[in-house]
Amino acid sequence: MKLCISSTGQNLNAVVDPRFGRATYYILIDSATNDFECVENPSAMAGGGAGTKAAQLVINKGVQAVLTGNVGPNAFAVLNAAGIQIYTGVSGSVQSAVDLFNSGKLQAIGSPSVEAHAGMGGGKGGRA
Amino acid sequence: MIIAVASGKGGTGKTTVAVSLALSLNSVQFADCDVEEPNAAIFLRPVIDEKIPVTMLVPEIDETKCSGCNKCSELCAYNALVVIGTRVLVFPNMCHGCGGCTLICPERAITEKPREIGVIEKGSARAMAFMQGILNVGDPMATPIIRELHHCLDRTKTIILDSPPGTSCPVIETVRDSDYCILVTEPTPFGLHDLQLAVETVRQLKVPFGVIVNSAGIGDEEVDKYCQREAIPLLMKIPWDRRIAEGYSRGEPIMAVMPELRQGFLNLHAAIAATCGAA
Repeated sequence: MKLCISSTGQNLNAVVDPRFGRATYYILIDSATNDFECVENPSAMAGGGAGTKAAQLVINKGVQAVLTGNVGPNAFAVLNAAGIQIYTGVSGSVQSAVDLFNSGKLQAIGSPSVEAHAGMGGGKGGRA
Repeated sequence: MIIAVASGKGGTGKTTVAVSLALSLNSVQFADCDVEEPNAAIFLRPVIDEKIPVTMLVPEIDETKCSGCNKCSELCAYNALVVIGTRVLVFPNMCHGCGGCTLICPERAITEKPREIGVIEKGSARAMAFMQGILNVGDPMATPIIRELHHCLDRTKTIILDSPPGTSCPVIETVRDSDYCILVTEPTPFGLHDLQLAVETVRQLKVPFGVIVNSAGIGDEEVDKYCQREAIPLLMKIPWDRRIAEGYSRGEPIMAVMPELRQGFLNLHAAIAATCGAA
């Protein structure tokens, strides 16, 4: 199965990025063969809409499941509509996330895990 | 003449100044442009006799025509459109209403439909013409409502605009067509820091401006020194006075608790009018 894992680095030893829409990188990996490609997230610093943009990227890449820390409501709506499974609460290395997925211990979620703009950091989401 | 009352820091006394200035003058139109949380009405207590809905245009997709080419999604700078096969998900809250998707769609599958984002209320507070914009709770786009308020201005009157705080788009939309901008600050390091940001913004907009120090007596002298250094007119100081705070907590303007300050606001208006070359 083709997985997308939000990542802080460009290889399988990197730590999972807890934010989906504003992750630094996405590791796109075949869970059966462990073949992977790393994509930099062009919207990591976007003013808004990072979640939907990331979800669009994941769809265009033909991903079937997303593994991340948290996913917000807009990205969730898109991934859900596209029939992509979403696994949140994932931490540790990217490789360990893949192993966990393969062991069948992860459970897909049915609703977003955080509110909009949760991944934007202090101060950016407020009235400026 | 249009006078905008703005600030970098929030809670420095924009509404206090705007309301006091408006109450000091004759033939005034007051517009509360802080559409995310308008509060001048608390002090002016207007009678509202007209409510005008404000809409913006957002895309509507005819999926029977969509080929799934993805051009709309690629174009949208705000990521408000996502294409899944030949389904297009639209996120109206994220749309800025530019209409680009409608123009770029080769299948002409996109039309624009109005979406209500808020309301403009018009009325009067005694002799004063009053308006306020109110953005719907949960909606992020303040500027279309402020733009609509500007369309409703009566330029035969002295217009007082109560601006949102900060230096972002809603502030620029409020201030940019003004003849003069009053920047209200407090004499604290925080007040000075945000005043400097506001000054940079208003200079870019090329709107003449001056500073009012509110709560004068708290804090330090750094705002005075900054204004002197930058040759910015220090228009007025409003003293830190418990009576003002008590009146404020009851929804009473400064004029109601310290009528002796009225002359200060008349002088303020005269100074601004002289700067702008208007009566």
